Amino acid sequence: MKKENILIWLSGAVVGLLAVLLVLFGNPLNMGFCIACFERDIAGALGLHRAAVVQYIRPEILGIVLGAFIAGYVGKEFRPEGGSSTITRFFLGILVMVGALVFLGCPLRMMIRLGGGDLNALVALIGFIAGIAVGVYFLKSGFDLGRAREQRTFSAWVLPIVMVGLLLLLILAPVFNPDAGGPIFFSAEGPGAQHAAVALALIAGLLVGYLAQRSRLCLAGGTRDWLLIKDSYLIKGFIAILAVVLIGNILVGVLGITGVNTPAFNLGFEGQPVAHAVHLWNFLGMALVGLGSILLGGCPLRQLVLAGNGNTDSAVAVLGMIIGAAISHNFMLAASPKGVPDFAKYAVIGGLIICLAVGALNREKA
Amino acid sequence: MAVEVDARGLSCPLPVLKTKEAITKNPNEEIIVLVDSQVSKKNVTRVAESNGYSVKVEMLEDEFRLKCKKGD
Repeated sequence: MKKENILIWLSGAVVGLLAVLLVLFGNPLNMGFCIACFERDIAGALGLHRAAVVQYIRPEILGIVLGAFIAGYVGKEFRPEGGSSTITRFFLGILVMVGALVFLGCPLRMMIRLGGGDLNALVALIGFIAGIAVGVYFLKSGFDLGRAREQRTFSAWVLPIVMVGLLLLLILAPVFNPDAGGPIFFSAEGPGAQHAAVALALIAGLLVGYLAQRSRLCLAGGTRDWLLIKDSYLIKGFIAILAVVLIGNILVGVLGITGVNTPAFNLGFEGQPVAHAVHLWNFLGMALVGLGSILLGGCPLRQLVLAGNGNTDSAVAVLGMIIGAAISHNFMLAASPKGVPDFAKYAVIGGLIICLAVGALNREKA
Repeated sequence: MAVEVDARGLSCPLPVLKTKEAITKNPNEEIIVLVDSQVSKKNVTRVAESNGYSVKVEMLEDEFRLKCKKGD
């Protein structure tokens, strides 16, 4: 097998394996990794939203950015660049987050949920592919957010440095306001209170960031490249994640392993962990994520990795996602296991319309 | 005459898409693709090779010039 192919299979497999292990060591069920959920938890920890059950500085996110940063320097691929429709990307980041929090997961968690037998993720996957197909239509008809240019190295270091700052906040947990709490908020219960040890989560993130930078792993890119040019490189990673999570969950059950949380393969729609079974909105929520990811040039995981590798536009998209999470919770747009609020439905439809406009109105000048 | 594709500064998957377009439109010409990232270099090389081209990489200052010739 070619070295390149080994790398993408390996990346997917490691992500899948760590996803199962992180649950055993404390992350919420079917949420070993979730870029959207974890960025949402970070938004909450910084007090940007007040959903008390989802506030924590997730070291996985910090690790992914820093792992990609290290891989960029080690492989001499680190490249400060940006200036390709930056503000548009910020808002696309917001919309991708809105969609993800209606489904309750990014594309990565969608595959992890599917590997846990959550059939709602299958409905979402069909929506995701539909969204990608629309994005591919725009790509074929000349969609382009414009060329990026070389930036100063300083700019490219900003987000990685912010991630180190977040790590310090997590470890030091300073209290400025003893009455109200803060500046950092940590959930006392709910998914935000369930997490693996900091060091473990950070190492897992570093490993994923490093490998994903080397292999260019992207959950949206796999389907996109297959639809666009019948290229099956990236989709291998997508399949590897699903396969390893599936096998891992089944093995945990067969071998009778128990952990802080015990992952399981439990086929069905109802009663799935941190999920709801409102099919239409699982479908449309992930359709928005799929379309938005294609317009951005990569899924939420890929945005973190690109940001670590010096792409300041992706760094802004990441910030858009964090702000998007705050907006989602503050404006009552985020779904929960109880269901999908009405505001979320308007937001997803509005988001899809905006994405269609972005796709139609950004074409390369002849 | 070689056909030149300028894919500098473009993000995934546009460099690949533009290369593919150039290949379809000019099946018998040599194609030269300018890219400025390792990722694009790898992606364009893969797609050109899978279309039966051999690729020679020239490193210029901060960018790559990929000469794609039909056959090997």
